[in-house]
Amino acid sequence: MTLPSNSNLNPTLLKPFRPVGIVGYGAYVPRYRLPAREVARIWTEGQAALPIKEKAVPGLDEDVVTMSIEAARNALARARISPEEIRAVWVGSESHPYAVKPTSTIVAEAIGAVPNTQAADWEFACKAGTEAMVAAIGLVGSGMAHYALAIGMDTAQGRPGDALEYTTGAGGAAYLLGPAEESLAVINGTFSYVTDTPDFWRREYQRYPEHGQRFTGEPAYFKHITEAARALMAAANTTPADYRYAVFHQPNAKFPQRVAEMLGFSKKQTAPGLLVSQIGNTYAGSAIIGLSAILDIAETGDHILMVSFGSGAGSDAFDIRVTEAITERRERAPKTADYIARRTEIDYATYVRYRGKLAMK
Amino acid sequence: MEISRHWRLNKQRYSLVGEICPHCDAKLFPPRDICPECGHEARHGYTFNGRGEVYSYTRIYDAPAGYEETTPYTVALIKLEEGPMLTAQLTDLGGQPVEIGMPVEMVTRRLRSDGDERGMIVYGYKFRPLLARQAT
Repeated sequence: MTLPSNSNLNPTLLKPFRPVGIVGYGAYVPRYRLPAREVARIWTEGQAALPIKEKAVPGLDEDVVTMSIEAARNALARARISPEEIRAVWVGSESHPYAVKPTSTIVAEAIGAVPNTQAADWEFACKAGTEAMVAAIGLVGSGMAHYALAIGMDTAQGRPGDALEYTTGAGGAAYLLGPAEESLAVINGTFSYVTDTPDFWRREYQRYPEHGQRFTGEPAYFKHITEAARALMAAANTTPADYRYAVFHQPNAKFPQRVAEMLGFSKKQTAPGLLVSQIGNTYAGSAIIGLSAILDIAETGDHILMVSFGSGAGSDAFDIRVTEAITERRERAPKTADYIARRTEIDYATYVRYRGKLAMK
Repeated sequence: MEISRHWRLNKQRYSLVGEICPHCDAKLFPPRDICPECGHEARHGYTFNGRGEVYSYTRIYDAPAGYEETTPYTVALIKLEEGPMLTAQLTDLGGQPVEIGMPVEMVTRRLRSDGDERGMIVYGYKFRPLLARQAT
């Protein structure tokens, strides 16, 4: 592992001149749940091992635009700032409703951030949301903007009968970034580790992605997360014991628990952020909705490590410290657990209808 | 395709932006520039908080053009907290029965495509039962 030079000109840790933090945050998960045993019932007569308990499925009237709007409204309710002061609205997803016309423009309009704002969509598989967050840190940290809104949200699609169909879920979170002195959690620094690794992709006009089966493990997920986490901790001079919580990208229940073990984190540190068994893999929302669940319970001074992973591939690692503003602000909007508790179980037939897998014409 | 009509309506549809009458303080939705209560000009913007209750409702099984793929769905008359009545779909019911007087909150949802699968996506308001918040 060759890290960037640790000189002042090119430090390893990406840190802005002006300290930046999370001024408000909000999550969203739709209410429908498809139990993994339903997928197993249809495709394997109930014989398959289940990678999670159930996944969240968006309703017929939901998509990344509508879900991002609600998460953004929750973040704004917590932040209590005027939306006109937001100078960037950036949504990261791999299921934007339009191929051309940014989700971000509609979200910006709906929350009242228009017209004096940046708005563009981001994509990098499951790390599209954290990609937007890193850019938002730069925009605020450089003094170009007082507030920037970064969202990671997905309504992931699974090929029928594929192993991923058990876990492709829907959900995500929004983070309003601003000056550290106004924040409920300060982002001390980030580190990104990116390579050209073809573990999972989708060609244009194809409906479902391809994935490299076992190749998505060691050279992709585990390699990028461990490299990013270790580089961040080395540059920040921390060890796993320094963190109260750690949250990783969660494509299934096993991977994040195994990577936590490899890095030296305990179950106690990772349990609150591990939501995949109840809502599935929310793709661009995955690591960051885990973070929102942690912020829902964190205490002043808590140190959090978050590392996302996006296929293609890359990881963004964040070193976060909670401030005393968390206690009052988190009560101003629904918690991640409120959305998880709101559940209506559906069967495979309803799921197929809701996900548009029926040939209507 | 009605691009310009949808575009003109997006503030009221996405965020329940109506008007307030500077003369008699009535809140107007949808905005129509003349106060229906006192007849004076009313052009000041007013954003509703999104809370209201079900005044009446019906369940649609045979939908009008553009909505066929989302049946069955519930359409309700909603009395907003600030006074005006509007018509909107209810969503996220999760099998819960609808009751007259039920408190609801506005959410922005996908209404339909403008035309076929190539048309713009029309977003707008629907109302859902209040999201339960756990005790803190």
